[in-house]
Amino acid sequence: MSTTTTRDTTRPAPAEVPRAGRRRRVRSSTLNFWIFTGPFLAGLVIFVYIPIGWSAYLSFFEARYTVTPDKFIGFDNYELMLTSGDFTGSLVTFTVFAAIIVPVTWALSLGLALMVHRLRFLKAFFRSVFFLPTACSFVAASLIWKMSIFSGVRFGLMNTVLGWFGVENTAWLADPNPPWYWLVIVTVRLWLQAGFYMILFLAALQNIPPVLYEAAAIDGARPGWQTFRHITLPQLRATSTAVILLLLVAAYQAFDEFFNLLAKSTWGRPPLVELYYTALGEDQDYGAGSAGAVILTLLICMVTLLQGRFLGFGKGDDAR
Amino acid sequence: MTTVRPLRARRGVLGSAGLYFATVVCALLFLVPFYLIVRNALSTDAEITGENWKWFPTDVQWGNVTELFDDATVPFGRSLWNSAVVGVLHTVGTLLVCSLAGYGLARIPYRHANKIFYAVLVTLMVPAAVTFVPSFVLVSSLGWVSSLQGLIVPGLFSGFTCFLFRQYFLGFPRELEEAARVDGLGYWGAYWRVVVPNSLNFFAAIATITFISGWNAFLWPLVIGQDQESWTVQVALSSYMTNQTVNFHLIFMATAVSILPLVLVFLFLQRWLVQGVAQTGIKG
Repeated sequence: MSTTTTRDTTRPAPAEVPRAGRRRRVRSSTLNFWIFTGPFLAGLVIFVYIPIGWSAYLSFFEARYTVTPDKFIGFDNYELMLTSGDFTGSLVTFTVFAAIIVPVTWALSLGLALMVHRLRFLKAFFRSVFFLPTACSFVAASLIWKMSIFSGVRFGLMNTVLGWFGVENTAWLADPNPPWYWLVIVTVRLWLQAGFYMILFLAALQNIPPVLYEAAAIDGARPGWQTFRHITLPQLRATSTAVILLLLVAAYQAFDEFFNLLAKSTWGRPPLVELYYTALGEDQDYGAGSAGAVILTLLICMVTLLQGRFLGFGKGDDAR
Repeated sequence: MTTVRPLRARRGVLGSAGLYFATVVCALLFLVPFYLIVRNALSTDAEITGENWKWFPTDVQWGNVTELFDDATVPFGRSLWNSAVVGVLHTVGTLLVCSLAGYGLARIPYRHANKIFYAVLVTLMVPAAVTFVPSFVLVSSLGWVSSLQGLIVPGLFSGFTCFLFRQYFLGFPRELEEAARVDGLGYWGAYWRVVVPNSLNFFAAIATITFISGWNAFLWPLVIGQDQESWTVQVALSSYMTNQTVNFHLIFMATAVSILPLVLVFLFLQRWLVQGVAQTGIKG
């Protein structure tokens, strides 16, 4: 921040505070604490804690079309979700999706960052170009992908370009065999997110001390792959790890592009889309939907705790 | 030495030519979707779906703009208005509520402050999107479905934003606040007269990020927007994709209009946006 402070070096020694005064001070700071944090904490309880609790409660009831059910059915909702195949299938879809999107986005955003970092002229311009898709929503991007680039008919951009080389029209989204829809889904997210992560890598690249490269050059490391492999990549480790985790969590929440690109097709449904159709579709089965939400919440909590274990994050105050 | 140098130099020139070539190719690929939006938004349907690919419309169809807002099947103008209201109130509300809480947690001594901070941290483990079913259950029993408060209020209490503010305030120079205290200001006065005015950069960065994610949000507005009057622009856009009749020029004009405000935000506030990304991205 651009604040300059005139530091007062002669800090006054803490005066002797009489007992009553100190107690009043404590009480006033307690009051202030609640004035500052009260609204937020109340909202957090009402809109985060209560829904999760209520949902855990609903998940043990038969709750179709109602959120105040009276028929207790034990773990039936969980059994339904875990054995129906649709929900477990959505977890498989997520796994496939994450296995593709995470490494590909990581590689592309790192590649873009390395490229932009080396530019001497127009650096800011190209950085903006790659970053610009961040301003675009998933819905808008899905629309362009579905209606224009990967439109299954003759005038779609992809089919037009392929047509110049004599390739037949491809139904990119309408047909799961072969699963071309993955190409559409992955490129949409890649386009939207690569610039965002590029910014993170650029910041990290700027923080690598140039001395390291000089030392490597003296030691005879050739510029290019050797320096990249032994200097740049290890220096980016913290950022890389953070980027991969962020990508994973984002993929877990993927909804917009699947919902809009695949509409109501029964293939390629990630967990949140599956939940949407369970809880808010024809059946309005809030019980099963809640059970699904509880399962997803537990899964992501487990992942977060494990990652904290392995990476030493989440140690409260020193978490940064 | 003398024989090596020209070789090096030549390789340098070739290398940077290659670098610029690759960068330009990538940049063009990244711009293709924007080009398609503009091209399709200003063409007629006949040209978009025509036999031969046309790179530019023969006649630029500015009339598509008025046609979009006159079209009665999707209340696009209304949805744009809703998005603007939601975007602004969401941003102002989040900043207000979360920054105050962040400051309280960072600076005001209280016996149970640590426990409360952990209760906030726990919520960071669960992304809000994952619990949209429970949130919908709550909001619907409050009777807030299809209402602006239903769209805005549940999103204001972001544990992550509060966490960011707390971390930021921990690094705020204490001397400034002490000076304010000497001048007789309490926590409240010091916060508004000294802390906030000296933190405008950070506020701007968080505000930019919050506004963009609010404008682009889709899942929650979709769940809440059960009737057309309460649609945000993203829900309206999405509805075009499932409509029976497809008017390509209208759909793309709608996309163009929906993106325009954010492109402006992007161009004018990019400095804060980059800061915000760096700030929010690496949370560790």
